[in-house]
Amino acid sequence: MSDVAIRFDHVSKRFALGERFDSLRDLVPSLARRVLGRPAEATRSGDFWALKDINFEVRKGEALGVVGHNGAGKSTMLKHLAGIMVPTKGRIEVDGRLSALIEVGAGFHPDLTGRENVFLNGVILGMTRGEVARKFDEIVEFSGLATFIDTPVKRYSSGMYARLGFSVAAHLDPDILVIDEVLSVGDFAFQGKSLQKMRSIAAGGATVLFVSHNLKAVSELCSRTVLMDAGAIADDGPTSEVLQSYLARERAKLREERQGHVRFRSVAMRNATGSTVRFKPGEKVWVDVTSHANEACKNVAVVVQVLDEQLGDVFNTSNERLGHPPIALEKGQSCSVTFELDLHLTNGTFHVGVYLYQYEVQREFDKILPAVTFFVESDVDVRGGANLYPKVVATKVTSV
Amino acid sequence: MDAAARDPALERSPRRATGRTAHVLADLLYVLTARDIKIKYKQSVMGLMWAILMPAIIVGAGMLVRVAMSKMSGAPLSPDSLASITVKALPWAFFISAVRFATNSLTSNASLVTKINCPRIAFPAAAVLSALFDLAVAIIPVVGILVWCGVPFGAALLWVPLLLALLVLLVSGLGFALAAANLFFRDVKYIVEVILTFAIFFTPVFYEADMLGEWRFWILLNPVAPLLEGLRSVVVLNETPEIGWLIYSSVFSVVVFVGGWRLFYTLEPAFADRV
Repeated sequence: MSDVAIRFDHVSKRFALGERFDSLRDLVPSLARRVLGRPAEATRSGDFWALKDINFEVRKGEALGVVGHNGAGKSTMLKHLAGIMVPTKGRIEVDGRLSALIEVGAGFHPDLTGRENVFLNGVILGMTRGEVARKFDEIVEFSGLATFIDTPVKRYSSGMYARLGFSVAAHLDPDILVIDEVLSVGDFAFQGKSLQKMRSIAAGGATVLFVSHNLKAVSELCSRTVLMDAGAIADDGPTSEVLQSYLARERAKLREERQGHVRFRSVAMRNATGSTVRFKPGEKVWVDVTSHANEACKNVAVVVQVLDEQLGDVFNTSNERLGHPPIALEKGQSCSVTFELDLHLTNGTFHVGVYLYQYEVQREFDKILPAVTFFVESDVDVRGGANLYPKVVATKVTSV
Repeated sequence: MDAAARDPALERSPRRATGRTAHVLADLLYVLTARDIKIKYKQSVMGLMWAILMPAIIVGAGMLVRVAMSKMSGAPLSPDSLASITVKALPWAFFISAVRFATNSLTSNASLVTKINCPRIAFPAAAVLSALFDLAVAIIPVVGILVWCGVPFGAALLWVPLLLALLVLLVSGLGFALAAANLFFRDVKYIVEVILTFAIFFTPVFYEADMLGEWRFWILLNPVAPLLEGLRSVVVLNETPEIGWLIYSSVFSVVVFVGGWRLFYTLEPAFADRV
C-alpha cells in the first residue's frame, strides 16, 4: 500500500465559453439548418481552461493548504477531487474515504427542522442513518444549537446555519477531509472551535486538504501549501515560504507603477530564530527596508507601520521621528534601514506597511501596503491588537 | 506514452456494489424520499388530504365524462364504471406526478448536484418513491369506494403488485432519462408538461379500451394502457389480465428502465458542468 492519499496526474479541465445549446428550441432549428446544408451559426466563442496541467501528491496524514485569489481554480480543483466534476485530461487517484465540504449546509432544506436536516445532510454526505444517529448528540453538542434543534432552519441566522453545517461535516470521520472556505462563516468563537476540530481530525491521522483565504488558519493547520494562479499551480512547498511568495505576488499586483525618485527594493521581517511569518507576543523582530534612488534626493524618511487585519492603524513611526537623520541618496545609490520592534501584539493577523516620505513638502515617494503579512500566536486568549499581558489577580463575589 | 494524452479517466474507488455503498444508497433514498414527502405535507394546510385530492379530481372528471357518455348512448351507468375509473385514475395520477417530479429532480437539487458527490440517481428515484407514497395514502379511500360499489375481491388481486411494479419500473426509467435530459435541454420540462396534459386522451383512464372497437389495438400500444386495463381486470372484474398485452408492457417497461438508467449514468459525469 502506497502512502499517497491523493494524486493529481496532469489534470486539465476545459469549459466551453459562450452560448451553447441548452434548449431543444435552439437545437432543432440548428440541426435543420445543418441538414439543409446551410452554415450553422458560430456557437462557441472559445474555450477556457479552468485547470491547466495540475500535478501534485498528498501523502497520507498530511495537511495541505491551497491558497490563491478568487478565480484561480481552487474550487474547481476541489470539485474534481470530490468527484463532482470529471477532468478533460489527466487522472486523479484517491485512496481512502473522502468527504468534501464545498459549501457549508449545502442541501439543508429550510422547511425542515435542524434535527431532520442533520440526518438529511449526514446521509447526503455519505454516512448511514445509523452512523448519524450514533453521532447525533455529539453533532448537536458541537454546534451549540441544542435549544433550536427542533426549529425549522429557515428561522436560523446564517451563522447558526453554518455552525450546524460544519458540525455535521466535521463528524464524518473520513480518511481524507476536503474543506473549502468554511471559516469565513460563523462568529469568532466558532471559527476557533472549527479550526481546533480540523486540527484534531488531522492529528487523528486523516489527510486534510484545506482551501482558504484565511492565511492565518492555513499557516496554523497546514505544513505544506499549494498556491494556485490562473488554473495552474504557481508554487508548492512549506507553508511559510509559499505564503510569503503569494503575498509578494499580491503586493506586486497592488503596487502602482509610479516612477518616484526613490523606490523600495525589498521589505522583510524576521525574528531571532529565522521565522518570517509566525511570531509570539513580545518577541523581538527586525524589519529590513531597502530603497533605491532613481534620481538624487534628500530628506527622505522611512516610515514603518503595523496594521491589524482590517488595515486599521496599530502603530507607526519613522527613522526621522526616532531622531535619526533622513536619508539623502545620489542617483543609483541604495540604502537599507533596519527597525527593531518588540511585538507586543495579541492573537491575530497583522500587516506591515512602509512609506518613503519627505516631511517638509509632504511628498510620498513610494508606498507598499501590505509589505509583509504576519501572524501572532498567543497561548492566552487576548484580542484587539495591543497586548497588555493581562492576569486575573483577584475575584470577589459580594452580596448586598 | 504521455500521461496527458491518455483517455480522460477518473481513478477512484468505483461504485462497487459493496455492502456499505448499497447501505448508503438505500439510506440516501430513504432520507430524500422522506424529505420530499415531509415538505409536500408541511407546506400544505390540508396535509395528507393533498394525496387524495388529485386523484379525487381525476375521478370526478372521469365520472362527469361517463355520465355524459351514458346520457348520449342511453345506456345506464353501472357502479362498475365508477369502480373502473377509480382504479385507473389513481395509478394515472401517480404516473403524472412521478414523471413531472422526477423530470425536475436534478434541477431542483442543483446545489447538491454541484456541491456534493453522492449517487445522483437517488434524486429521480426519490421523486418516484414519494409519488408512490401518495398513491399508497390514496389507496385507503379507494378501497372504501370499491366496497361501496360492490366489487368482488378475488384471487385475481394477486396480480396487483406485479402490475404496479411494472408501472413503477416504467415511470422510473422515464424519470431517469427525463431528469438527465432536462439538465441538457432546459425546455424538456415544458415539453413533458404538454405531453402529460394531453396524454389522458390517449390513455384509457376515463374510458375502457373495449369501448373503442377497432381502435382498441392502437390505444393499447400506449404501454401504460395495458397496465391500467390490467388493473381494472384484476380488481373490478376479478379476471386475469390479457397476457399478450401484459408481456408487451413488461418488455417495454424493462427496456425503458434499463435505457433510462444507462442514459443517466452515461451523462452523469457532465452533470456538474451543466447545472
